[in-house]
Amino acid sequence: MRAIFKRELKAYFSTPVGFLVLAAYYFFLGIYFSLIYSAGSPDVSMIFMAMVTIIVFTMPLITMRLMSEDRRQKVDQVLLTSPVKLSGIVLGKFFAALTLFCIGLVPTVIFEMIVASKVTVNFMSFLYPLLGTVLLGGALIAIGMFISSLTESAVISAILTLVVNFLAIYMSTFASMITVPESATNIFGKLWAKIVELFVLVLNKAAFITVFESFDSNIFSIENVIYFLSIIVAFVFLSVRSLEKRRWS
Amino acid sequence: MIEVTGLSKRYGTYLAVENVNFSISKGEVVGFLGPNGAGKSTIMNILTGYLSLTQGTVTVDGFNVIDNPEDVKKRIGYLPEIPPLYIDMTVKEYLNFIYDLKKVKFPKTAHIDEVMRLVQIDHVKGRLIKNLSKGYRQRVGFAQALIGNPDVLILDEPTVGLDPKQIIEIRNLIAKLGKNHTIILSSHILSEIQAVCKRVIIINKGEIIADDTPEALSAKLSSDRSLTARIVCSEEEMLAALKTVKGVKSVVCLGSKEKGSYDFAITPMENADVRAAVFERVSERGRTLLSLADNSLSLEQVFLRLTEQDNSEARRMLGNLEEVLEEAEQNDLDEDASETKEEVEE
Repeated sequence: MRAIFKRELKAYFSTPVGFLVLAAYYFFLGIYFSLIYSAGSPDVSMIFMAMVTIIVFTMPLITMRLMSEDRRQKVDQVLLTSPVKLSGIVLGKFFAALTLFCIGLVPTVIFEMIVASKVTVNFMSFLYPLLGTVLLGGALIAIGMFISSLTESAVISAILTLVVNFLAIYMSTFASMITVPESATNIFGKLWAKIVELFVLVLNKAAFITVFESFDSNIFSIENVIYFLSIIVAFVFLSVRSLEKRRWS
Repeated sequence: MIEVTGLSKRYGTYLAVENVNFSISKGEVVGFLGPNGAGKSTIMNILTGYLSLTQGTVTVDGFNVIDNPEDVKKRIGYLPEIPPLYIDMTVKEYLNFIYDLKKVKFPKTAHIDEVMRLVQIDHVKGRLIKNLSKGYRQRVGFAQALIGNPDVLILDEPTVGLDPKQIIEIRNLIAKLGKNHTIILSSHILSEIQAVCKRVIIINKGEIIADDTPEALSAKLSSDRSLTARIVCSEEEMLAALKTVKGVKSVVCLGSKEKGSYDFAITPMENADVRAAVFERVSERGRTLLSLADNSLSLEQVFLRLTEQDNSEARRMLGNLEEVLEEAEQNDLDEDASETKEEVEE
C-alpha cells in the first residue's frame, strides 16, 4: 500500500495535474480569504462553503486516471501479480488522492492563524468545517475512484465523475423541484403521495451539501462523520470488487 | 514446482483454455508454443494470479493460486506480453517502486543495480521510460520480473518486437537465468523455443497437443529432408533426369515461378544426401541450377499448419508427420510466398 501511495502521489506531480489542482485551490482560497478578511469577518470557515463548487469541478482531475490509466497502460498486470492485496492497491490510491486534496486545503490553516493573531477565535468552529471538507473530499474521491475503475478512458471517467458528484452534492436542489401530489382520496393516491414525500426527504437528507452544512455549526455530530465515512468505505469496497470482477470476467 | 490439473478458463461463452494438465519441476525451462490466440497468455495470466480460473487447480511450490495468492505471487516474476510500465517514471524510479511493491528483503540499491546490470539497462536508468525504445522497454519489463529474485519466471513472448541483436541478447539472458530459475516462456516461434528450452508444450485452441523435449519434437518435425531446386530447363526433360539420380525417392514439378525455369521438389531416400548428385546431373545435362534449397527451413510453416488443424487431427499428424509433410508440401509450396509475407507482418 505504501509503495502505491508514494507512486500515485508522485504521479500527480510528474504531470501538470497536481499543480493545476493546487493552483486552482490556492487561487480561489486566496480570493475568498481576501474578501472575508477585507470585510472584517473573522470567520475563515465561510471559505469552505464557497469552495464546494471548486471542489466539485476539480475532483474529476484528481480521480479520473486513478484506476483507468493502469488498465489502459496494462500496468494493472504488475500490480495484480504482485504480492499485494487488492484493498492495499485501492487504499494506496485513495489516500494518495486524499493527500493531494488535503495539501490543497493547507492555506486555510494559515488563514486561521492569521485571523487568530488579530482576534480571538473559536478554533472548533474552524476545525469542524475543515473536517467536514476533508470527509466530503474523501467521499467524492471514493466515488470518482470507483467510476475510474469501471472504464479504461480517463475522459469518460472524468465526465461521469463530474455528473455523479454534482448529483450527490446537490440532489437536495433537485428535490425542491419535485412537487408532492395533493393527498388523494383513494388508497393508491395516498400511497403515491407518501412515496414521493419519502423520496424528497431522502434526497434532502442524503445530499452531501446538507450533511456538509451541518458541520458548520459548533455542535459536533457523529452521524454526519459516519455518513461520509460509510460512503467512503462503500465506494472503496466497490472499487476493490470492480478490480476483482475483472479477474473473473 | 508448478502443478496444473484440469485447468479451464471461460470468457463468457468462449472457452479459452480447456482441461489443461502439466507439471513443471524446479529448474526446468519450459516453452509454451502456439499460434496467437491459442491460450498461452491466458494460462500464464492464471498462473500469475492475474486472471481467475473457471475450473481446475493450479499450485506453485505447494501453494494454491486461489487460496494463497500472495504466497504464489511472491514466488513468481512475470513479464506480460506488453511490459507493464509507468511511462512517466524513470527506469530507476520504476524499479524502486516495484521493489517496494513486492516487499523485497534484499538490500535495495545493490539489488536494483544488480538487476539493471543483468539486463543491461544501467546506462539508461535516469531516463523516462516513455523516451525509451521498444527494446529497452522490454528489458525494463524484464528487470521488473527479476526484482526480488523469484524462483519462477514467467515470460510472455519476451522477444517479440525486438531486433535480431536484442533477440539474441534476451535469449542468452534467459539461458543464463535458466541455470537457477524455473522458467516458462511463450512464443509462436519454434526456433526460439528450441534455442532456450529443455521442454516444449504445444498449445492450440486452448488445449495441449504435445509435451516433449525439443529434440524429440524436432526429430519428428525434421523428417522433411526434401529439397527445392530451380533449374533453367524444360519440365519433362528434367523430371526424367532427376528421377534417375541415385538416392532420389521422388520428384515433383512445382511449376514455373521464374521465367524460363522450373521448380522441383526432390525427396531423397532415408539418410541420403543427394545435393551433390543433383547438381552434377543438372550440369551433365548442360542446364543451369539457379538455386537448391533445403526445405527443413519450412518447418515453421508445418508447425503453423499443424496448429491450424483440429486438435485431434494435429495429434494424429504429430504421430506420422512424414505423410503430413508430403501433403502439406503439395498444398503449400504455391502459397509459400504469400505465407512468408504474412509471417513477416505478424
